[in-house]
Amino acid sequence: MPVLARLLLRQILLLVVVALAVFLLMKASPVDPVDAYLGPAIAHASPEQKAQIAAAWGLDRPAKEQFLAWAGHVLTGDLGFSTTYNAPVAQVMADRIGASLALTGLAWLLSGIMGFGLGLVAAAVQGSWLDRGIRIYCYVLASTPTFWLAMLMLMLFSVRLGWTPVCCAGPVGVPQDEVDFLARLHHLVLPLAALTLFGVAQIALHTRVKLIEVLQSDYVLLARAQGAGRVDIVLRHGIRNAALPALTALMAASGEIFGGSILAEQVFAWPGLGRATVEAGMKGDVPLLLAIAMLSAVIVSSANMIADRLSRRIDPRMGVA
Amino acid sequence: MNGRVGALLAALLAAMLIVAIALAPAGLGETGIRADFAARNLAPQSGHLFGTDQMGRDMLARSLHGLALSLEIGLIAAGLSVAIAILMATLSGLGRGTDRIAGFVTDAMLAMPHLMLLILISFALGGGTAAVVIAVAISHWPRLARILRAELLQVAAAPYIETSRALGRSRVFIIRHHILPHLLPQALVGFLLMFPHAILHEAGLTFLGFGLEPSRPAIGVMLTEAMRHISAGRWWLALFPGAMLLALVLAFETLGSALRRLITPREAQC
Repeated sequence: MPVLARLLLRQILLLVVVALAVFLLMKASPVDPVDAYLGPAIAHASPEQKAQIAAAWGLDRPAKEQFLAWAGHVLTGDLGFSTTYNAPVAQVMADRIGASLALTGLAWLLSGIMGFGLGLVAAAVQGSWLDRGIRIYCYVLASTPTFWLAMLMLMLFSVRLGWTPVCCAGPVGVPQDEVDFLARLHHLVLPLAALTLFGVAQIALHTRVKLIEVLQSDYVLLARAQGAGRVDIVLRHGIRNAALPALTALMAASGEIFGGSILAEQVFAWPGLGRATVEAGMKGDVPLLLAIAMLSAVIVSSANMIADRLSRRIDPRMGVA
Repeated sequence: MNGRVGALLAALLAAMLIVAIALAPAGLGETGIRADFAARNLAPQSGHLFGTDQMGRDMLARSLHGLALSLEIGLIAAGLSVAIAILMATLSGLGRGTDRIAGFVTDAMLAMPHLMLLILISFALGGGTAAVVIAVAISHWPRLARILRAELLQVAAAPYIETSRALGRSRVFIIRHHILPHLLPQALVGFLLMFPHAILHEAGLTFLGFGLEPSRPAIGVMLTEAMRHISAGRWWLALFPGAMLLALVLAFETLGSALRRLITPREAQC
């Protein structure tokens, strides 16, 4: 299928360009990876020792050579060594991707479902107080800083009421693999709620507009003339026509939710990739930062491509412009 | 009261709020910046409506300083970003080849979550105010560029463009004199609607520690500090600065969508 091949080629080209850009950004940084790695121990390291570390990491070679070496290693599956966690990058990411996937993936799914539902309800009762309430809720939520919302929830439910744990993905001091399912769920509830609340707004507003369009169409008028009730029309005509645009919006929102998860993980001390990103950025851990950045680029650009394809499928006119 | 009058009123109200925030620091002077150790950790009360922090700074005054700072940074960053968007849209209008390139660059920019890109750019520039402004400016233009490109293609199909071309005008002349003026209203609305994103991302970036210097009275810095005192139950440290930021963002959102309703009444109905 030539279309698919062309898309894949473009996708690969896109990722190469992104990888090059990210690599150059890392190289441009004034944060010296050796200094960042040594931290307070820098007082004990002589310039010769620092040069030795730099040579061992290949930092003394030209940037072009470094990029090619890095790209070659990545293609063979070797992501490098994380200086922050003192472990291979692949290991660090494997340890955290489960927690991230549980939080971000579930939030993405839930905000899709809830947003779609809220949008349907709002459009079905368009102009009523319920519709107005849902719309105001969405507008306010879309303007709310995610991490601030997360902090408020933490203050109310964890500190004041004590219903949920204050941090982390399991009780403090218990190894990750010994935490049972219920405890995990208990720790997940609050971060998940914060992230979901944030994601719902866009999807709901989008679904609402689409469904209103559908409800104003001629075939809905015909259905109404034939005596179909409002619930019937929304269920039979509305959902089917609004589902794909909502799915497109959800795909396009994946970048925002990914970004929101970095902030939410920071607030709730959730041991996922977002927190690792912040740690890596703070400590100048370039291999880890590069790897996570590339992973996010792969996910988001694929989601963008799917969203683009879906909307062209649904609306052939999009292809012309 | 019809929709246009309502939109105009909303826009006026939002604009007044924004001007008040911009002027607030001049009236406050040093209040909220200088420490007052006689009044540490006070809960909200008369005299300190928003309470005070661990250094005795009044949170109301401090939040107002923070908002003015957000406003300033958002203004510069969103302005730069709109300029880039217009440039990219113009590039799309010049020809098929440049359109391809502009489209590819736009897609590449959209391939990464905003916050990730912000962290990377800020890391590359070593953090600080300038880094935040540049990072936000570089990361926020793609969406507006797409809208402007669609608008440009629509305008470019108009008969008077064809006439102008038949009269021997160059492409650059046509874009400058016939197309760009049509894009300006959309660019202005794009600017106002980009603003909320810009300041929210600035606050988020600062909260994570990649943004503004901790010495500045930024909302993000205040919330990072509040995070440290969260288990001490000092809820006012987090609640008020965030609520003020939310109010500022809502004001811009209202202003932007009201103006959009005024310039494109048909599209903005639902």
